[in-house]
Amino acid sequence: MKLHRIQALLFRYLYIYPRSIPRILDIFIWPLVDVLIWGLITVFLQQSRPDFPLSLLLGAVIFWDFILRAQQAVTISFMEEIWERNLFNIFVTPIRLYEFLFATFLVGIVRITLIGISLGVSSFILFNFNLFSFGFYLVPFVINFFIFGWILGLLATAILLRFGQSAQVIAFAFTTFLQPLIAVFYPVSALPKFIQPIALAIPATQVFEGMRMVILQNKFPMHNFIMAGILNIIWFIIAINILYKMFNYVIENGKLLKLVD
Amino acid sequence: MLSLLEVKNLTKTFGTFTAVDNISFSLSEGEILGFIGPNGAGKTTTIQMLLGLIKPTSGSVFIFGKDMAKYRNEVLSEVNFSSAYVSLPGNLKVWENLYTFARLYGVKKYKERVSELVEFFEIGSLFNKMYGSLSSGQATRVNLAKALLNKPKLLFLDEPTASLDPDIADRTRKFLKQIQIEQGIAILYTTHNMMEVEELCNRAIFINEGKIITQGTPNKLIKKYGLQDLNEVFIKIARDI
Repeated sequence: MKLHRIQALLFRYLYIYPRSIPRILDIFIWPLVDVLIWGLITVFLQQSRPDFPLSLLLGAVIFWDFILRAQQAVTISFMEEIWERNLFNIFVTPIRLYEFLFATFLVGIVRITLIGISLGVSSFILFNFNLFSFGFYLVPFVINFFIFGWILGLLATAILLRFGQSAQVIAFAFTTFLQPLIAVFYPVSALPKFIQPIALAIPATQVFEGMRMVILQNKFPMHNFIMAGILNIIWFIIAINILYKMFNYVIENGKLLKLVD
Repeated sequence: MLSLLEVKNLTKTFGTFTAVDNISFSLSEGEILGFIGPNGAGKTTTIQMLLGLIKPTSGSVFIFGKDMAKYRNEVLSEVNFSSAYVSLPGNLKVWENLYTFARLYGVKKYKERVSELVEFFEIGSLFNKMYGSLSSGQATRVNLAKALLNKPKLLFLDEPTASLDPDIADRTRKFLKQIQIEQGIAILYTTHNMMEVEELCNRAIFINEGKIITQGTPNKLIKKYGLQDLNEVFIKIARDI
């Protein structure tokens, strides 16, 4: 792995951010809208049930945003090369696919940091919700959510490699399709019984279950975090295998220049 | 002369369609080889195979004596590519593009190297402009600067003068000739402009329906077919198939 190549791509993506309104909206405005909606819903619920914890919905939406934005960091970086018809230029350099993916991972860290600050500050100012009230638990929450978001980004990229630009809607909506199963705003027990094992096989579901236990019972659910870690490893192995298979499919079939519709 | 590129029995099939059919050729140090043929002849597929972006069905590609199937990433650090049909990111400025690719190729003292190329291609006034706002001629010069960032020994140029006006196309050819003479770069050059082949190329290979039809120096090819120029040779070959 060569750092200069990873640095090249990291800078290549970051150059665009300060002058791109959609990217600025993505980091500072859309997360704020989420905080407003779910914060106001919580305030409304607290009118009839004053003990309803603010962090249950607001914390959930913040962490959900972490997953979504981490996934988008990978997907948008790859889409950027398709939109700009630059994939060919990139892959005739000595770069390796894993270096490209690692660069998107770093882009994700930058995005999540900025979004985290944006969400943390806005939820504190608007609803007096302190994200750091999770204390030490915040670290494993964020790491697990970020890694899972990145894994989803790899899978979305695999879809783009296989089906080209026409599949970008699916690639972008991919994470949202999983949202009901991930049980972001309700416990897994609210899902139909036969779906629960599937939901629990998703790393993020384990973490959201754990988050609720921290909020409602003030207990650190070690079991959920161990399961989330193991599942993240399994999902990562599966995702990276699918992605490499799709990349090899593209190379085998000469599709790199044809990913643009 | 040392052979930088050796292509042996290269074939690519997509299902029942054979895009490239058992072609073999070589390219020596400092040579400009015209790789020409009608649309759909298999030129782009061949170039993509040479760059390792399409896996050949059979055959082999050796660059600098190294098998591309095994040493692709190592070889690519000394190779570069430019095409009229593959642009750089339009939402980056010219300097951002050049710095990005210089870093990707691991160019030491890349800012100095970029400055040299900016001067050579006279693109200083474009340095801070968005690539997407450049004219075709300006973009071509930036593309060529990008293609020379890593001081390649072997350069693939896919119709670099397509869509350029005659004046800019002429200047581009002069740039290329100068690069070849000063730096001894070997160039695989595709174009539909036969005058360019006569002016620039030491040798030309005609390809059609995936097969090599004929090859030789431009003068020998013209004599071989008893025609006036290479343009007539091209038309004859394309229509005789």
